[in-house]
Amino acid sequence: MKKGKNSFWSFFASVKLALFCFFTLAIASIVGTIIPQKESPGVYIQKYGETTAEIFRLLNIPDMYNSWWFVSLLALFSINLIVCSIDRLPTVWKMVTMDNLATKVDRLEKMTPRSRFASSKPVQEVVAEVKHTLGGAGWKPSQRESENGTLLFAQKTPWVRFGVYIVHLSILVIFAGAIIGSLFGENGSIMVREKAIFSNYFDRYTSERVPLGFEIRVDDFALTYYDTGTPKEFKSDLTVIEGGQEVLRKSIVVNDPLDYKGYTFYQASYQAQDDYWISVQNQNTGERKMLMARPGVELKWQEAGITLGIINLLQPDRWGRYRLKIWFSDGKGEPSVFWLDGDTVVSVERPDTAYAFKSEQVFSTGLQVAKDPGVWPVYIGFIIMLCGLVVAFFLSHKRVWVYIDETGNKTRVLVAGSANKNRVAFENIFDALVEKLEENETLKLSKE
Amino acid sequence: MDSSKLLGITTFIYMFSSVIYLALFIFRIKKIGLLATVVTIIGLLVHTAGIGMRWLESYQMGIGHAPLSNMYESLVFFAWSIVLLYIVVEFIYKNKVIGAFAMPFAFGSMAYASLSPEFSDRITPLVPALQSNWLIAHVFTCFIGYAAFAVACGTGIMYLVKLRDKGDSPNSLLATLPPLKVIDDITHKIILFGFIWLTAGIISGAVWANSAWGTYWSWDPKETWSLITWFIYASALHARFTRGWGGKRIAWISIIGFLAVVFTYYGVNFLLSGLHSYGAS
Repeated sequence: MKKGKNSFWSFFASVKLALFCFFTLAIASIVGTIIPQKESPGVYIQKYGETTAEIFRLLNIPDMYNSWWFVSLLALFSINLIVCSIDRLPTVWKMVTMDNLATKVDRLEKMTPRSRFASSKPVQEVVAEVKHTLGGAGWKPSQRESENGTLLFAQKTPWVRFGVYIVHLSILVIFAGAIIGSLFGENGSIMVREKAIFSNYFDRYTSERVPLGFEIRVDDFALTYYDTGTPKEFKSDLTVIEGGQEVLRKSIVVNDPLDYKGYTFYQASYQAQDDYWISVQNQNTGERKMLMARPGVELKWQEAGITLGIINLLQPDRWGRYRLKIWFSDGKGEPSVFWLDGDTVVSVERPDTAYAFKSEQVFSTGLQVAKDPGVWPVYIGFIIMLCGLVVAFFLSHKRVWVYIDETGNKTRVLVAGSANKNRVAFENIFDALVEKLEENETLKLSKE
Repeated sequence: MDSSKLLGITTFIYMFSSVIYLALFIFRIKKIGLLATVVTIIGLLVHTAGIGMRWLESYQMGIGHAPLSNMYESLVFFAWSIVLLYIVVEFIYKNKVIGAFAMPFAFGSMAYASLSPEFSDRITPLVPALQSNWLIAHVFTCFIGYAAFAVACGTGIMYLVKLRDKGDSPNSLLATLPPLKVIDDITHKIILFGFIWLTAGIISGAVWANSAWGTYWSWDPKETWSLITWFIYASALHARFTRGWGGKRIAWISIIGFLAVVFTYYGVNFLLSGLHSYGAS
């Protein structure tokens, strides 16, 4: 099958199709930024009316970036990329690997830029000296004798002609990563109370429970504020437990997640609970206990004969500051009643001993759970894309020919060059090279 | 001298600079060319000092972070990128008339930042989502790209203006503009430059999103609009590389593309909801 004659093939290889893809993908993408995505069906009916909502549903507008037609557009775009690259690569390959020493002299005579010189030195000496000068300027010339003269050729970075195709490849690599991610990736979240252990999370799409294969304990959640009252940091202290062993500890914050066995746990949200941790320490024995107290509910520390409870509270303000009124009894003498502020230690004298109290509001931490084996291909694609763009935009394939022959008793030198882009910049390089040849004492070139 | 004073002075210098460049173009007073460049460079230095000072002040307040965290700071940085890029373009192409089409963008951005009542120039602490080393890389790459597209839009407009030059009088206003071919080449090169930075901006955003939220792409309106912008410029490059598009069409694409940039940067924050909400304050 001859590719050039097949209209089906040339359709998929065409730039027209690429422009069509760019245009339709851009227009379609706008729709998804205007119409809210992934809302419940009721939201669309309320906002757009029943008929429009039904049309939206038929066209998968509520989840348009995953709809059959949008994915098909991306597939069409990929096919276009692949076919166009296959279609053009052989030509580029030929350009990169072509035998430039076979270039006809009359073609060199029409090239821009070019310069002509004459020298009184014999051909062999001129050839050797020109080669030397070219080499000194970073051009490594190859040489071929013909019946009339000698042709020298040197080039720089011929492979940059592949630049555009490197960029095309990078897009396909990124798509491959995205496909791997959507096939084998996992994504979900979980809300866990401090001190609790979890071994599952809830899938983002199905809301089903998914087992992790190991356990994580939330040791602590801490919320800090700036003086202005805006949150400064959300932090969860996590411990990974596997087979009853603590294997890893890490404090995670919004931009610094925990990685374990391909899963990544991100600090996503939090929820303040109505409960408070109250730590009680016997100052004589040093014995300490953490109790979770809910306002109005009596708590017991059985072994120490202690009963306590929160009988009143001032709710946390926007800096998270609160006050608890504690009722406390250790069975000896009158019960104590006192105020306990957040983040402060209160010491209470009892007939036998003193107790130190501390409190902390109980939080649940919201964790985002993700596993995406496609991330690395995507990242590699990113790197390839940036390199490819720099190559495609800013580097050029530069070629220089020098033809040396003899007419009469004079040696003639023809220098010609070409670059596939940035011609102005190349002309400067070419001029500098020619100047070097002119300045060469041994060559004794004179302009013709 | 504090940063807001320096940035206020910068706004005035840019206004002055825009006026000189426009005078240079309209009244063809060649002599003030050097003045225009010197004023612009002084403006850029004051501007740089202002940004540096603001950075320092945030550390003195104990909430140290790069001044790239809200709309006010990003407009200031946008203007800074435009001026820096324009100065480089002026030196490469040895053409000062472009300034009449580029500097007003920088002045506009600064004036909007300082005069608009909806943006506060107060230094505020970083919300947890922005506390990342990616902040500087992401904002820097995006804004160099945006600035390039702003300058390309300027030269695109210049091209369309020059099109009205019938060439009948060598002394006409439009005859002072560079030849169409040169303007076209400048626009194209600046778009190439901007495209790489936009790509780097989108990529740095994706990597950051993945390290903060566990997903490198979520079709958030800001992400999507940056991709739409990318598609617009990608089509310009393809049409030019393979179909030899140039001139008028590229000039128009440079304008349409910049409108998409403005929408990505500004419109999305106010008209659409999404993850980039902190950019709106």
